[in-house]
Amino acid sequence: MTHVAVIDYGMGNLHSVAKALEHVGKLAGTAVKVSVTSDPDTLRAADRLVFPGVGAMRDCMAEIRHLCIDEILREQVREKPVLAICVGMQALMQRSEENGGVGCIGLFAGEVRRFADHALDAQGAVLKVPHMGWNRVKQTREHRMWAGIPDNDYFYFVHSYYVAPAAPNEIAGETEYPLPFCAAMAHRNVFAVQFHPEKSQRNGLALLRNFLGWQGQV
Amino acid sequence: MGLAKRIIPCLDCDNGRVVKGVKFLDIRDAGDPVEVSKRYCDQGADEITFLDITASAHDRSTTLHTVEAIASQVFIPLTVGGGIRKLQDIRNMLNAGADKVSINTTAVLNPEFVREASERFGSQCIVVAIDAKCVSKTGEPQRWEIFTHGGRNPTGLEAIAWARKMVDYGAGEVLLTSMDRDGTKSGFDLHLNRAISEAVAVPVIASGGVGSLQDLVDGITLGKADAVLAASIFHFGQFTIPEAKAYMRQHGIEMR
Repeated sequence: MTHVAVIDYGMGNLHSVAKALEHVGKLAGTAVKVSVTSDPDTLRAADRLVFPGVGAMRDCMAEIRHLCIDEILREQVREKPVLAICVGMQALMQRSEENGGVGCIGLFAGEVRRFADHALDAQGAVLKVPHMGWNRVKQTREHRMWAGIPDNDYFYFVHSYYVAPAAPNEIAGETEYPLPFCAAMAHRNVFAVQFHPEKSQRNGLALLRNFLGWQGQV
Repeated sequence: MGLAKRIIPCLDCDNGRVVKGVKFLDIRDAGDPVEVSKRYCDQGADEITFLDITASAHDRSTTLHTVEAIASQVFIPLTVGGGIRKLQDIRNMLNAGADKVSINTTAVLNPEFVREASERFGSQCIVVAIDAKCVSKTGEPQRWEIFTHGGRNPTGLEAIAWARKMVDYGAGEVLLTSMDRDGTKSGFDLHLNRAISEAVAVPVIASGGVGSLQDLVDGITLGKADAVLAASIFHFGQFTIPEAKAYMRQHGIEMR
């Protein structure tokens, strides 16, 4: 039995990630309890944390601070595996360019940047922002979370900002749009992804299944 | 290598059942939107669009339950359209498990709604559906206008300017349907699609008129669409999603 707490700070749809975790637990024959909560005691008692996020960074950070999620995360990343998704990943950085500049949690050194408008692809077509749809993720280092997932395969993205970690060895996966950006990063108990595993069909479900078995600290 | 183009099967649902008919070879009860969605997801659909055409508002709870059931079993993006009139409607759909909502008539009646919705929920989940019809005469430069109520009601709004305005107001994606082509199986209106796609910086989904796999290719290569939406060619088993993807790949289009 593993207890996964999905951190709820009032931003976006947590139904999908909770359902996807229950689904992979069922398929793997692992008993999984999923809580969607902001309650500090439940977050501290859980075996694993998922830190999702959707929406604008200023609103996200305001809620994160209001509910002391930043404090709890700083403390809990020392204790248990944490999977950060999309804006959750971005919120782990020091600051974001979004909304004219927003200070973030700062668990990872580096910042969150916006894709350049009017960038061109190899055929000379304008790349649209948000980066929305299925794109390939190159696994730049080995990690338990990539187990069983083909390298350079597709995941679902929807975002206009991306993280630029200061330490290159924290990058675990890269995607091109048109330049390579960090699609996954990892450090000790944290694995963070810019794509949405809960919406990435087979590959995404494999990543979530890996998370249920990962003990952290790679 | 880069962002793949998307194939989006569209389910028109009335009171919890898929309408327009769905006919797979090996399932009898083809009208259940959850079963149909799962089938398309397993086949490799890149997203699912669910359009609620339930006439009466009081049965909206059926739709919420259906969306919830789909989202519990289908782990690809889900867009829900039809009857989105208030911010609370969007909140309810997102809580039920939708990733995006598609706004059509309400955007025409009250464009500010799109601005409020994208500020509240983020542009990434706000799709503006545009139903356009060609209104220029032969020989004139082509001009399209926005229509509502299934193409019956003209609004006088010029389509390209309208699309730009909706994106300025925060739409994260445009679902563009040619009312001239919808249901005709004669292919997308490629001129319309290209004009809109080149006018806005967000992805455009081409819709209306698919009758062959070449139509899907043309929508991407000539119409400059980022995704193609189709209903009947998949529902009636004329083509499967793997067949469509294989054909598009053969024509040099990046597919998942």
